[in-house]
Amino acid sequence: MNKYSYTEKKDTRSGFGVGLSELGAKNPNVVALCADLTGSLKMDDFAKKYPERFIQVGIAEANMMGIAAGLTIGGYIPFTGTFANFSTGRVYDQIRQSIAYSGKNVKICASHAGLTLGEDGATHQILEDIGLMKMLPGMTVINPCDFNQTKAATLAIAKHVGPVYLRFGRPAVPIFTPADQVFEIGKAITFTEGTDVSIFATGHLVWKALEAESILREKGISVEVIDIHTIKPLDAEAILRSVKKTKCVVSCEEHNMYGGLGESIAHLLAKHYPTPMEFVAVQDTFGESGTPDDLMKKYGLDTSNIVAAVEKVIARKMVEV
Amino acid sequence: MPTIPELNKICSQVRRDIVRMTSTVNSGHPGGSMGCTEFFVAMYYEIMKINPSPFSMDGKNEDLFFLSNGHISPVWYSVLAHRGFFPVSELATFRKLNSRLQGHPATAEHLPGIRVASGSLGQGLSVALGAALAKKLNKDTSFVYTLHGDGEMEEGQIWEAAMFAAAHKVDNIISSIDVNGLQIDGTTDDVLSLGDLKAKWVSFGWDVLESNGNDIENVIATIKIAQQHSGKGKPVMILMKTIMGKGVDFMENHHKWHGTAPNKDELAKALGQLEETLGDY
Repeated sequence: MNKYSYTEKKDTRSGFGVGLSELGAKNPNVVALCADLTGSLKMDDFAKKYPERFIQVGIAEANMMGIAAGLTIGGYIPFTGTFANFSTGRVYDQIRQSIAYSGKNVKICASHAGLTLGEDGATHQILEDIGLMKMLPGMTVINPCDFNQTKAATLAIAKHVGPVYLRFGRPAVPIFTPADQVFEIGKAITFTEGTDVSIFATGHLVWKALEAESILREKGISVEVIDIHTIKPLDAEAILRSVKKTKCVVSCEEHNMYGGLGESIAHLLAKHYPTPMEFVAVQDTFGESGTPDDLMKKYGLDTSNIVAAVEKVIARKMVEV
Repeated sequence: MPTIPELNKICSQVRRDIVRMTSTVNSGHPGGSMGCTEFFVAMYYEIMKINPSPFSMDGKNEDLFFLSNGHISPVWYSVLAHRGFFPVSELATFRKLNSRLQGHPATAEHLPGIRVASGSLGQGLSVALGAALAKKLNKDTSFVYTLHGDGEMEEGQIWEAAMFAAAHKVDNIISSIDVNGLQIDGTTDDVLSLGDLKAKWVSFGWDVLESNGNDIENVIATIKIAQQHSGKGKPVMILMKTIMGKGVDFMENHHKWHGTAPNKDELAKALGQLEETLGDY
């Protein structure tokens, strides 16, 4: 029997939208900015309920990041909303100078991250955003896994003082975390305990890791699935505790193999506990048009790819350790 | 309130600080700093409602100033120090290791008076607009001021911000452009002609004024007119004509002095033309 199951699918961006509206009611200092993607970001409810605290910036993301930085001077907590590509690569220097280096309390909220944006193709499917954001000193980087966790993360980042990058996506995906969860920034969540391999997954890949776990359990392999929703700061303690037990690792993310979660974990392990590791990630290519499911299969981010990576890393462990 | 002759004496000391600060570390941007000296002295001694100490990042009920062309930090640092934001002696640390006076203005070292980092051009107007919107949300009627270089007008983000300010009727902001016609590689006409800058800002929906930036009486009078133009649904822009390197004859009007510091001999000559009025740091 599956320890984790779901009855409903929803998009993570809707979790953000619901969380943002709740913040609008709870915190009068929360303001929201959007660059002509209010519907796509699910910010329309906030815009309708709190029009005086919603700023339509138009298709001008650089200006949006600067305005957000300025709003913090005067005590506001700005949440910017646009696609992940336009939230990071397009405005890297604005984020770097006016937000990160200046230590501004801006929440950069980014939808349609990764391949699952789908048919719009590679121009919009950013696979480098986690890397870009985690390289900025002082930036917190969060990639929640389902609707409920995205909502909880949205609420949590309003309480955190400092710049945050919150990454979520477009397609409807299983809801498998509790509705009433309290989101702790930087605290990994262990979904299944196991002894043969540690799977560290983030975002949409967490559910796929749980699907892989159930297939592997049938094969007699005991898998520890840990959700690393916060890529920076990384929960080093949780990762090392698990790896010291299982002695091999698979990382899973909807991101390029360079710059993402896998690289952060590899860096940690190289310093503290060198361990055989496999990476389920995009292999340093751009994406293309297609359905989210077809893209995840073609680019090696499906459940079967996680199963194969686990079998490979366990075989390596037998030889190398 | 200091008289005009007294303000001009302050300008002379600020220009001494600028050439000494840049010459000591053989780097920095004296030319634009000297061109904008009257503007900074006017702003901090005459125009702005400020609270130097204790410095508040939020600046509620204070006027706020954002320097978008951050490379002219020497003039800002000198004026901030003389106005009591931090000790004048700290000017000696400009661009040195472990200093709060970074090459370009920054907040990371917590230098009082600075509210955002600048240096990478084109970003200051957007930040100032955010601060101006925050003031409106807070029902705070004080002003937000900015300064930009004319070369900086080549950055696209400036025009995103210009369009936004007019569309959103951000009428509590008074911006100025240092129009000295020079940038690193030469004249603005040669590098990338700005065309009719006044017509551009007018067509973007701004209320545009012009001033002689090296005549402090004119600078003050124009900003006071700008204040009267504020609150009427339009952002206000002042095109401020200045002379790069103003105050030292061999530095005036040449783009070499955008980012070159005077050497020892040049420093001695420059100081000979600038009266020490408040005491050197």
